[in-house]
Amino acid sequence: MSEPLLQVSDLLVTTVAGDPVLDHVSVEVGRAESIGLVGESGSGKTALAHAMLGFARPGLRLSGGSVRIAGEELLTKSETDLRALRGRKVSYVPQDPATSLNPSMRIGDQLREICRIHGRQTETEEIIPTVLGRVDLPSDRQFQRRFPHQLSGGQKQRVAIAIALACDPPLIVLDEPTTGLDVVTQAVILQEVRRIQRELDVSLVYVSHDLAAVAAVADRVVVMYAGSIVESAATDVLVARPRHPYSRGLVSSVPDHRRARRLRGIPGVAPAVDDHPVGCVFGPRCELFTDACAAEQPSLVALSSDHWVRCIRSEDTPPPTSEPRLAAPGLAADMEPILRVQELVADYRSRGIPFTAVDRVSFIAQPGECLALVGESGSGKTTIARCIVGLHQPSGGTIAFDSRRLQPSARRRSLEQRRRIQIVFQNPYESLNPKRTIRDAVSWPARALRGCSRQQAEQEVATLLDRVRLPAGLAQRYPGELSGGERQRVAIARALAARPDLLVCDEVTSALDVSVQAATLDLLRELQTELSLTMLFITHDLGVVASVADRVIVLERGSLQEEGDVLEILRAPAQPYTRRLVEAAPSLMATENGLPSPADVP
Amino acid sequence: MIAASQPRLRRNSQTLTSSWPTRISLVVVVLLLLLVIFGPLLTPHSPTAELGPPFARPSSAFPLGTDYAGEDVLSRVLVGGRSVILIGGIATVIGYLIGGVIGLVAGYQRGLTDSILMRGMDALLAFPPIIFLLLLATGFGNSLTALTLGIALIHVPGVARIVRTAALETSVRGYVEAALARGDRVRVILRREILPNIWGPIVADGGPRFTVSILLVAAVNFLGLGIAPPNADWALMISENRSGLTLNPLSVLVPAFMIAALTVSLNLLADQIARAHGSSVDVQAMRR
Repeated sequence: MSEPLLQVSDLLVTTVAGDPVLDHVSVEVGRAESIGLVGESGSGKTALAHAMLGFARPGLRLSGGSVRIAGEELLTKSETDLRALRGRKVSYVPQDPATSLNPSMRIGDQLREICRIHGRQTETEEIIPTVLGRVDLPSDRQFQRRFPHQLSGGQKQRVAIAIALACDPPLIVLDEPTTGLDVVTQAVILQEVRRIQRELDVSLVYVSHDLAAVAAVADRVVVMYAGSIVESAATDVLVARPRHPYSRGLVSSVPDHRRARRLRGIPGVAPAVDDHPVGCVFGPRCELFTDACAAEQPSLVALSSDHWVRCIRSEDTPPPTSEPRLAAPGLAADMEPILRVQELVADYRSRGIPFTAVDRVSFIAQPGECLALVGESGSGKTTIARCIVGLHQPSGGTIAFDSRRLQPSARRRSLEQRRRIQIVFQNPYESLNPKRTIRDAVSWPARALRGCSRQQAEQEVATLLDRVRLPAGLAQRYPGELSGGERQRVAIARALAARPDLLVCDEVTSALDVSVQAATLDLLRELQTELSLTMLFITHDLGVVASVADRVIVLERGSLQEEGDVLEILRAPAQPYTRRLVEAAPSLMATENGLPSPADVP
Repeated sequence: MIAASQPRLRRNSQTLTSSWPTRISLVVVVLLLLLVIFGPLLTPHSPTAELGPPFARPSSAFPLGTDYAGEDVLSRVLVGGRSVILIGGIATVIGYLIGGVIGLVAGYQRGLTDSILMRGMDALLAFPPIIFLLLLATGFGNSLTALTLGIALIHVPGVARIVRTAALETSVRGYVEAALARGDRVRVILRREILPNIWGPIVADGGPRFTVSILLVAAVNFLGLGIAPPNADWALMISENRSGLTLNPLSVLVPAFMIAALTVSLNLLADQIARAHGSSVDVQAMRR
């Protein structure tokens, strides 16, 4: 094989304080090859993506090693030379197109600008329609005269990709380009990226925390953990039989709607940047950890010509788990529903203009079941949750809890009703009061809703923390000292302190890393079974639904589309909208054409 | 990650005493407060007795010389901080209580309540403070109660605005929603969830406000509409003795220095306390 297009060798990126963010990383990208960089927050994947353009975020420093594109060394170049090179030799598609496009410049002008910078203004009028066509955008004048705010999220991301394509670079680095997009849009963009890569024979580096998304576009996957590459293999090999325990944990953590199974997270948290453990960096979280692992950081060894792994026990790593999901607590079909929502209508005012977020939605929840409300952003799922817990005033319809009608406002409801319905919010960084200790936060609901004395309530804290698998010592800490996953567990413990019968979970895992998400979902499922909780699980992620829910309700723009047993709906969706969602949801089981291979069908 | 972070309280006290300006201002404030409390016990002479020639230079009998009426400058400095600090302090506290409640209610309730309360504050803000105080003085004479309440009233709209902005931002946080969903009473939500989180900016703003109070008291006293001679007061002393600046400069400079030291160190200290409190709200942005 000829020389690779991109050659990163022994790259060292450090913080200004000297702590390594990337610890001697080497990676190669061949011509017309597509690789995926996967890792959770703090793994260094974005730092590596930036280094491929000769860039380091403020606060970081490119301290050593080399980055070569087609033989040209980037790290010794001046900023001016780099600027001439970026866009022409390598281009970058950032995570959030809403902030990366200039809001005061027309789309056409932004494309023209990049051509002008790279001295191709004479060809501009041919280039622009071509690149817009490549990303399936209209290329007429009318469209070129639009401003970014007149485009949808998916269109903005396409424009960003078009800008990256404008000067025909042989290498494109995409940094989480579909995070924040709806599943259907994400699926379309992923397909387009793959198609463009094939058609133009460009090389791709696709950075993401989402292994399923990466699997859809990459020939080869590079798994990063705490600043090092821990495994690199062809996509299908890595997904089927990962050899590093961390990769295995990741594969087991990815929720997959094509395979409803118990999700197993990875215990513990990744080391901080200024924390330099001796031995294997993953050791503290590894099930296969032995004394030999603690001795020194294992080196990357080749299992085959294109499968590399940084683990001394890679031969012993078992295949990814495929345990059946936990069964629902026994449902008695003849029981009165615990929650009955009838003809619910809810409006919002946006700049004075009323807008119907929920339009005559009716459903029931049986005691002890986990009911998922699924839909894209704007489907009204969160508004329904807010109506149920009394945070949003419905404009019509009724909500009955345990056969009694609920008042619209939480404050008007009886103490008993408020105690029995609890909610866990989406954003763990906001749901806990930063000025109250964990003990205070977790004990308060018992005092406010169950009339416990302070001593009684605080005695329960240790049990509650244990219930959500947190050490009792956490009680005296403040939320600021906890990780996102830990905070979300505290929020769950706080809800459990009220001894609820109905737990509303509003996108509780969407802000968490996949391995943490898996552990949190597993915990919720266990709690639900143990405590016979009824759960109302609001999410946009069908994979999550498949691993926790018993029944599902699909919402589109405020109205109910479909309702039924989770496994049946995922297997055979009746409504076109549901079918689109199911087909678009990323899956590790999906083959290239978006269908599961025959071997996977049960 | 977790093991590395320290308990919050220790971290606070560390940052509070770790910088030199803060340490100095802390010492100065404590000294001045001690002086105000115990000063009257240390006076070598009666602060209001004519003991010598006017504007005498410092001597062993009068370490800081005498003033326009032949009174002992040192004794008057030792006593003269009380009125400034007490009136300024009480006025600031009253201003905070009224403005704080108005701001909390406006920021938390939003909507019509917010509009009505804040338009009222805007109207108050339209009065130039000094003219307002002079009007009060004309109406009530040299009444210290009227002066204190007047200064308090001047602070109300500013405090209300800052507290409102902070409360507005805090009241949409998840933990406040969680409290709402629990049906906690408004009083409980304000006390448990909102107040602790807006404390930082309030304290940071408190330093400059106390300073403004002191300067207002001083200004009114200087104009002779507050504390009347022969009572000792730093601001009044500057006013009384300014004609003798060349004869006994200390009779003006020492009280002026006292006011400056007090206000500067109070400001530094308040900023530092706010920073240590981990304020997430940008105070500078809110003052605008």
